Amino acid sequence: MLGDLSVSLWRGGTEGRYETYSVPQRESQTVLDVVTFVQRHIDPTLSYRFACRVGVCGSCAMTVNGKPRWTCRTHVAKVAGGGRLEIGPLENLPVIKDLATDMEPFFEKWQKARGVFAPSKTRHDEIEQIRPDSPARRLADAAIECINCGVCYAACDTVRWNQDYFGPAALTRAWTLVNDERDAGGTARLQAVAAKGGCHACHSHQSCQELCPQALNPTAAIAGLKRRTTTAYLKGEIKA
Amino acid sequence: MTMRLYVWQRATAALMVPLVLVHIAVIFYATRNGMTAADILSRTHGSVVWASYYGLFVAAASVHAAIGIRNVLTEWSPLADRRAGLFAFLFGLLLAALGARAVFAVVLS
Repeated sequence: MLGDLSVSLWRGGTEGRYETYSVPQRESQTVLDVVTFVQRHIDPTLSYRFACRVGVCGSCAMTVNGKPRWTCRTHVAKVAGGGRLEIGPLENLPVIKDLATDMEPFFEKWQKARGVFAPSKTRHDEIEQIRPDSPARRLADAAIECINCGVCYAACDTVRWNQDYFGPAALTRAWTLVNDERDAGGTARLQAVAAKGGCHACHSHQSCQELCPQALNPTAAIAGLKRRTTTAYLKGEIKA
Repeated sequence: MTMRLYVWQRATAALMVPLVLVHIAVIFYATRNGMTAADILSRTHGSVVWASYYGLFVAAASVHAAIGIRNVLTEWSPLADRRAGLFAFLFGLLLAALGARAVFAVVLS
């Protein structure tokens, strides 16, 4: 028996408070296990979001002891200093209730950054051969594993200060598509990410790459967009 | 920040890198050789090179700082973009005026 954890959970909406619960500590226990224990054994009205529990779906991110983390893959033993956990909703997003945030602004900005693939061929064309070791494909692959958990968005100081800023995930997605040789949305996408709230608002604080659970580097992707948009602007391909 | 402001801020930063290095080298040269203000002014007076050098420096610094101030204001103050831009523009003008006055004093007065 490992004893009990002191777990403070955010209860309420934007206005709310932390309430403390006692949860038995176990071997290999994740933060999501702790939240689930509270809901199933102490208070069934606790609201939170999860789906896969194995780090694929990106739906269970929360603020754990002050830092945004994917809770299903975060072990309590690594983050609960002194047997205490404080778990809140992700920052920089509206709180729906308790630990569940409204991800709508996150995905709206994903759309503004033109994060949707723009096909350059139809089903009647031959399948395009893409070499996996080509420089462009390597750049596209570097961030292809983003699960849109919102950890980078919650960690970003610029998102906190500038409500127009698209955020690291949306811009990283744009960078992936800019480098995708099959995509036809190039210039329009560069124009979109060069607009107000786009890549040039980034201060390169690098909280996104420090906390990304997939070990991606959105800061590098955004720096790539800055270079690519500047070149396009100087060539007259996009407007200011 | 818009694309245009971003390019101007980066371009002026790149321009100022060599200007700052030369400026620091001149300070070391002047102080290590024990030059007086009169010695310095005798060399700078009427010099087109020093007037151009520091004139360019003042212009670059004014533009660069004004864009930076605008960014700070838009992110950290309740000012709307247009007002922040106006304030930053006036701040840039102030820097340019003060800098031009200093260049004038060193080269022409």
